Amino acid sequence: MTAALMLELRDLSKSFELHQQHGARLNVLRGLDLRLHAGECVVLSGPSGAGKSTLLRVIYANYRPSLGAVHVRHQDRWLDLAKATPHEVLDVRRQTLGYVSQFLRVIPRVPALDIVAEPLVEHGVDVQQARRRAAYMLSRLNVPERLWQLPPGTFSGGEQQRVNIARGLIVPRPILLLDEPTASLDADNRAIVAELLAEARSAGSAVLGIFHDEDMRDRVATRLFPMQALEAA
Amino acid sequence: MSALLQVRNLSLHYGPRVGCQDVSFDLHPGELLCIVGESGSGKSTLLNAVAAQLTPTAGSVRYRQRDGEWLELGTLSEADRRRLAREEWGFVTQNPRDGLRLNVSAGANVAERLMALGMRHYSQLRATARHWLERVEIDPTRIDDAPTSFSGGMQQRLQIARTLVTQPRLVFMDEPTAGLDVSVQARILDLLRRLVNELGLAAVMVTHDLAVARLLAARTIVMQGGRVVETGLTDQILDDPQHPYTQLLVSSVLTT
Ligand SMILES: Nc1ncnc2c1ncn2[C@@H]1O[C@H](COP(=O)(O)OP(=O)(O)OP(=O)(O)O)[C@@H](O)[C@H]1O
Ligand SMILES: [Mg+2]
Repeated sequence: MTAALMLELRDLSKSFELHQQHGARLNVLRGLDLRLHAGECVVLSGPSGAGKSTLLRVIYANYRPSLGAVHVRHQDRWLDLAKATPHEVLDVRRQTLGYVSQFLRVIPRVPALDIVAEPLVEHGVDVQQARRRAAYMLSRLNVPERLWQLPPGTFSGGEQQRVNIARGLIVPRPILLLDEPTASLDADNRAIVAELLAEARSAGSAVLGIFHDEDMRDRVATRLFPMQALEAA
Repeated sequence: MSALLQVRNLSLHYGPRVGCQDVSFDLHPGELLCIVGESGSGKSTLLNAVAAQLTPTAGSVRYRQRDGEWLELGTLSEADRRRLAREEWGFVTQNPRDGLRLNVSAGANVAERLMALGMRHYSQLRATARHWLERVEIDPTRIDDAPTSFSGGMQQRLQIARTLVTQPRLVFMDEPTAGLDVSVQARILDLLRRLVNELGLAAVMVTHDLAVARLLAARTIVMQGGRVVETGLTDQILDDPQHPYTQLLVSSVLTT
């Protein structure tokens, strides 16, 4: 059995037009093609500035592509996020496409447990049940229980990052985009994240990620996707 | 999903001056939309024209009321407009003193809109008022105090309770946190965020603060000189702004 195609990028380009810099144009991605299947973990590799983070953000529709298509299998149909309406994008993010960045966006006054539970509540799960699942995720990631009721604004970098991963993985999503989610974690906690990703993959998720740490990359990647800066010269 | 509000080519001119020009957008149930732009860009004019507080020069606003029927706001009688404002909508003004009645107690401020809907039972009104004061984090023992004895942040929370107590389907908010201390702002934003989620409200909010839009709104409209220059997902607009004016706005703030 061949795994289902989940994401297909065709001839994708992204430039930034910087009006504050006299209209300077920065070409970051050009003519990029990529196919991602259920159960695989493709890791983007390449030097700093190669456009790895930009690519993930374009797929998440956080950045708008300049040219090309971002086809996503959403429920039982294909949708091109480059052409989707804002409401369609929001629905794809709720159901299909998860994104975990390196930094937690803290929400003033909201405790860690609720920050983690929130995507599950938005997904339609009852609040109490979502909190129980959030507690499970936080304990798996070794976030001490005394922190759960506190807003994560004052947490350490690694604690915030684990809260962020718990939030990003609490809803089982068919496609996961990860931008250095383990950058400030120690080896033990990285191993736990690798384990969570393996579980997500065996449940059918397709993963596309950036991991600078070589050990982590070897552990999670089923394939590398090399990238080069366009204007390296 | 079907829209709740449809704004098409809406313009409002103050004599020769443009208030807002040719604005179109849809609002869906349960959705909070922010209108951002610098002062004088026409945000409040647009909000008031949409909410039928001001009469547009051109264009249309359609609203789907509770029973599913579409209303063309421009053709409604004054009585019908007042009925909508009472039964289906809510308004939160920048200065709470404009939205509150200062000469009656906090409890009466909350109960008043319920009474306008026909609720008369005194102890029930009082219990509901007490419940809503708690919901907006005002000590319920202050129920008989006049709002003039409250701080600015408390007054704003009282106005929010007064507005939401009738469970409106659509709320219009004009800079609800401007002019408050940052810590007070954070508390009100957190409150609004929770209430909007819990009640499934649809809302249009004017703000000049991009961080507020990031926190509360999935979609944002950017205005300059009375016109919409950019519209889309809030995170797209803030992280990958396309229009020169939006790029200027985003680059002028420290962090969003
Ligand atoms: N929102 C933006 N506006 C303007 N330029 C941007 C924006 N986002 C990214 N860039 C530019 O795109 C280029 C690629 O950046 P990107 O962050 O994608 O690299 P990366 O491969 O993830 O690098 P690193 O490994 O250092 O994280 C950089 O020159 C960066 O400045
Ligand atoms: Mg990067």
